[in-house]
Amino acid sequence: MIGCCGAGLSAALGLSLWALSGNIVYFMAPSQLLATHPSPKQVVRLGGMVEAGSVRTAEGLSGPEASFRVTDGQADVAVHYDGILPGLFREGQSVVALGSLGQDGRFTASEVLAKHDQTYMPREVADALRRSGKWDPRFGPAPDPASWDRMTAASAETRAGTGSGG
Amino acid sequence: MGEGLVEGIPRRRGSRHAVTTDPPKRAPSPEPMPPELTTTAVPATGWLHRYAHPGRFLRLGATVQPWLSAAGLILTLAGLGWGLFIAPADWQQGDAVRIMYVHVPAAWLASAAYLALAACGFASLVWRHPLADLAAVEIGPVGAGVTALCLASGSLWGRPMWGAWWVWDARLTSVLVLFFLFLGHVVLVRSFDDPARGARSAAILALVGVLDLPIIKFSVQWWNTLHQPDSITLTAAPAMSLSMLWPLLVTALGFSFGFAAIVVARVRAAILEQRVRVAMQRRARMAER
Repeated sequence: MIGCCGAGLSAALGLSLWALSGNIVYFMAPSQLLATHPSPKQVVRLGGMVEAGSVRTAEGLSGPEASFRVTDGQADVAVHYDGILPGLFREGQSVVALGSLGQDGRFTASEVLAKHDQTYMPREVADALRRSGKWDPRFGPAPDPASWDRMTAASAETRAGTGSGG
Repeated sequence: MGEGLVEGIPRRRGSRHAVTTDPPKRAPSPEPMPPELTTTAVPATGWLHRYAHPGRFLRLGATVQPWLSAAGLILTLAGLGWGLFIAPADWQQGDAVRIMYVHVPAAWLASAAYLALAACGFASLVWRHPLADLAAVEIGPVGAGVTALCLASGSLWGRPMWGAWWVWDARLTSVLVLFFLFLGHVVLVRSFDDPARGARSAAILALVGVLDLPIIKFSVQWWNTLHQPDSITLTAAPAMSLSMLWPLLVTALGFSFGFAAIVVARVRAAILEQRVRVAMQRRARMAER
């Protein structure tokens, strides 16, 4: 009886995982999206990095509008969104946009979510790295933590000084 | 108290340990006791059995309880105070990053609690140990609470940072499944008239549910998720400033001690409760005669 219970539960779990496997990928990267090219009626999620220098915001009739390009390094997709962008939205940030890909290759989003990475860094250290030219958040993820994880605000200032000097 | 330490733990049907060894030292009762009132002796061999002995657990628990409680309280307060007021704000998340000092320890503890639940299920099925059943009953609700704390704090963190209270990505969904596994265990273990059958069914559920733990752990690597990958891994340096890592680790340690203190207190109460119940049943039977 116990064996049957166990087998039944495992089967249920396995089947639900298998059923989920189509939806378990939360978003598609631009290159995947352009390769599959879903129909304009299909609602999909597009995920990637906001390309530096591509963000245009405007005040439309129905509220704020934004257009930007989302890239995964291999392909990029133009995205248009009517609505308020999340607080973490910026150039170089990873975002996930829910919407559909039109015939003209433009992606119309109904929802934009910001995806932050796993790096946690004090503001002073980030500022110091930026000033020293070691990292520009618009162009990619933060450098290896080994290079800054023992920095304090004070030592970050001095390192930034030597970094910009040398 | 001698062998009387273990009385009050009802014998599980077919239990290998349900052998009554020593003759009772008190005056023998005029009639043979009904089977559910016979004492359960646990073999003295093996360290696991020695410490998992309900009577010894009561004594051990009474000794470690204040230490666990004190360590849990002090470390949690110190870690949270450090994290919420002293640690620096994140460069992009600002002060919202401080939710991490509740969310991440709760998430770690939720997985660890489930692992403990599954270990109890294993001990229950393999060795039919009465203490494992008691511990599983007591771990369930606490684990569900910790998982709920993880989900709630994550939701509060997700709204300002991601722009959504909830998304159905693999990490969030698999933790929600963990929450339902805990709830399912809580319900299942109490849903039989015969506690032994409830313990058995719940143990099977706990063991099958272990499959969810690697899915939670690796979901952020296997699939595209909105949830970010782990900052702290066994193989690489933490992707986190040390000024944030230390309060996080202190809080996690505090949460763990606090969890242990609550579970030990609940198990002790459960053992005593069972003894009282058996003693009252016995008294009622004596009064009937």
